[in-house]
Amino acid sequence: MSTYGRSSPSWLKLALTLASALLALLVLWQGFFFLRDTDLPRLLTAFIAILGFGAAMSVLYVATDVILQQLPLELSHRLQPLPFIVPGVVMVGYFVALPMVRTLAASLFNRDGTAFVGFANYIQVFTEPFMLETFRNNLLWLVFGAGLTVVFGLTIAALADRSRHEKIAKAIIFMPMAISLVGAGVIWKFIYAFKDPSEPQIGLLNAIVVAFGGEPQAWIQLIQPWNNLFLIVIVIWLQTGYAMVLFSAAIKSVPNDLLEAARIDGAGEIRIFFSIIIPYIRPTLIAVTATVVIFTLKIFDIVLVMTGGQFGTDVIATQFYNQYFVNRNAGLGSAIAIVLLAAVVPVIVYNLKNFNRNEPL
Amino acid sequence: MTQNATTRVGRGGILSSAVLLLLCAFWLLPTFGVLVSSFRAADDVRSTGWWSVFPHREWRLAETINPALDLDRSGVMEFAGARGTFEELRAGIMAPDGRRVIWVGNRRLGTVQVQERGWTSSNAFTLDNYESVLTGKQYEVTNAQGVKQTLRGDDLLAAFLNSLAVTLPAVLLPLVVGALAAYGFAWVRFPGRGLVFTIVVGLLVVPLQISLVPVLSDYVRLGLNGTYLAVWLAHAGFGLPLAIYLLYNYIAALPRELLEAATVDGASHLQIFRLIVLPICGPILASYAIFQFIWVWNDYLVALIFIGSQPKVQVLTMRLAEIVGSRGNDWHLLTAGAFISMVLPLAVFFGLQRYFVRGLTAGSIKS
Repeated sequence: MSTYGRSSPSWLKLALTLASALLALLVLWQGFFFLRDTDLPRLLTAFIAILGFGAAMSVLYVATDVILQQLPLELSHRLQPLPFIVPGVVMVGYFVALPMVRTLAASLFNRDGTAFVGFANYIQVFTEPFMLETFRNNLLWLVFGAGLTVVFGLTIAALADRSRHEKIAKAIIFMPMAISLVGAGVIWKFIYAFKDPSEPQIGLLNAIVVAFGGEPQAWIQLIQPWNNLFLIVIVIWLQTGYAMVLFSAAIKSVPNDLLEAARIDGAGEIRIFFSIIIPYIRPTLIAVTATVVIFTLKIFDIVLVMTGGQFGTDVIATQFYNQYFVNRNAGLGSAIAIVLLAAVVPVIVYNLKNFNRNEPL
Repeated sequence: MTQNATTRVGRGGILSSAVLLLLCAFWLLPTFGVLVSSFRAADDVRSTGWWSVFPHREWRLAETINPALDLDRSGVMEFAGARGTFEELRAGIMAPDGRRVIWVGNRRLGTVQVQERGWTSSNAFTLDNYESVLTGKQYEVTNAQGVKQTLRGDDLLAAFLNSLAVTLPAVLLPLVVGALAAYGFAWVRFPGRGLVFTIVVGLLVVPLQISLVPVLSDYVRLGLNGTYLAVWLAHAGFGLPLAIYLLYNYIAALPRELLEAATVDGASHLQIFRLIVLPICGPILASYAIFQFIWVWNDYLVALIFIGSQPKVQVLTMRLAEIVGSRGNDWHLLTAGAFISMVLPLAVFFGLQRYFVRGLTAGSIKS
């Protein structure tokens, strides 16, 4: 041992490095079992995890660096992308890419994955009455939810741009973005609450209806399929801030000379908005619409909290949950998830096209 | 002409300000209502709308009349100047002096109230809702029938800490892994780099639902289900494509000279990453961290699937959804619970809004 150390100090360094790298891997490996089985207080567990993971990663990082520098230049060049890329690619591969294949496979099997059934699950997805109702609801969500979010976002961005109180107005509209969908559900329960007509209404909407001499309604339960719209309003309220922020940034990038020239030519503000601003911010308009459409397609929490999918309000994501976790039908559940994936494929293709055009790699 | 144009914009300005004000009021009202409700007593929340904390005119009792026992209750009666049959009195009759006369109770034993309209507001505020929902201790409420009930609090404080314990590692893990990968894709040359990166960007919008089932079955096999580790890893995996994309855009745009100078000095990629790139990536790392924080804190689906029925590790959104589901009529608990779940993301949001907005703007795929 000591001979090695004296004759070639870099070998000792290398051995120590290897040992510490192995130790770090051991910590990660044992950490997995420790974190899985521990009964320690929650914050302590989180703290240990952060410290342990951070320390292990740092050691591995330095060790890799040392080892790479000891290797022949050629080999070192070839290996140096690995420490950067491997952790990320493995995680994305395992959590996002691989599951697509596995879910696709599961969708071709029966409810407990024991028999191959071909496209039977997909036939069921597109023929069952409850699925057709689900698709109708998602269409309502897309048209009204995504559509009105974009319209409101654009309107508010344009209005705020000309207001002296732009900052505070934008903060107010943006605020719901920080609220969970579950929390938003609670907040809006107080808008839609229904009480017997003989009692005072505690829901704002019914109180207004009664004040104008109307009959109180159970908004989110009764009048189907329009009760879906009352759920959609919640999500419009929640995500308009997102659209507004991006539109606002885009509107500010419209050159002033362009607007001035149009004003001098006698164009009205509305005309300017539609003929100059909208075409100018078109790329943002498309990107935001795509994002909002995807978010709306995947809507889940708000339906589960407000109605649990009852009263004809099921959407694809809640139906997936019902079929897989409540009815324990893995095949049908997987098929529904694949349908959801298929619905966003056009957006993926569009993203990639745009991306390749802008960023030649 | 210029004069004319200015006036027209000015007038439009007032109109657009008014519309904007209206929209802001509409946006603020739901949250404001629940905030007010969360400080009202349980019985008040259940029986009157939150707006009754504002001064409003209401009928108040001025005088109670006990009808004479020998009064003929099937004919027309007169009290305090108002004449009517029993049915009319039940509905309330306006007396000539502007007061309202109303029969309360049944025909034989009821009394007659004379009410006058006056200003009132119910503004007895309390912190009881927060106390009973935060701690797990017993508390008393009077229900609609006037019966006192003893209920147990919801121990949201525990859920709050659970949320914190889930969120912190679930933010840091993808941040570290994502920053490494973003640098790798941006500055380290290797075959297939473009292809792999394009695939990662393509995976940005893949719905979460695709991953739940296969990952869950592995978790069950590994005995991971219901642990924090399960949720940390899942959130990190699902959040990584965005982390890589967002950080890539920033890191790839760094000036080439900056990094080349270091390479000439003999620094390795790992040294450049640690000593040069990481220190100047502060703002974008903050943007992603805030983004991921709000996402994980507010998440319901991932927690529902991977933590499931374990009450010990349940996060805030799950507890809140459970209160909605099982005790949806405990309105007073919902109000306070909702605000407890919001307080941290709102604080982060308002404190660091600049970074959050930058993250959003950078994260949207623009052409």
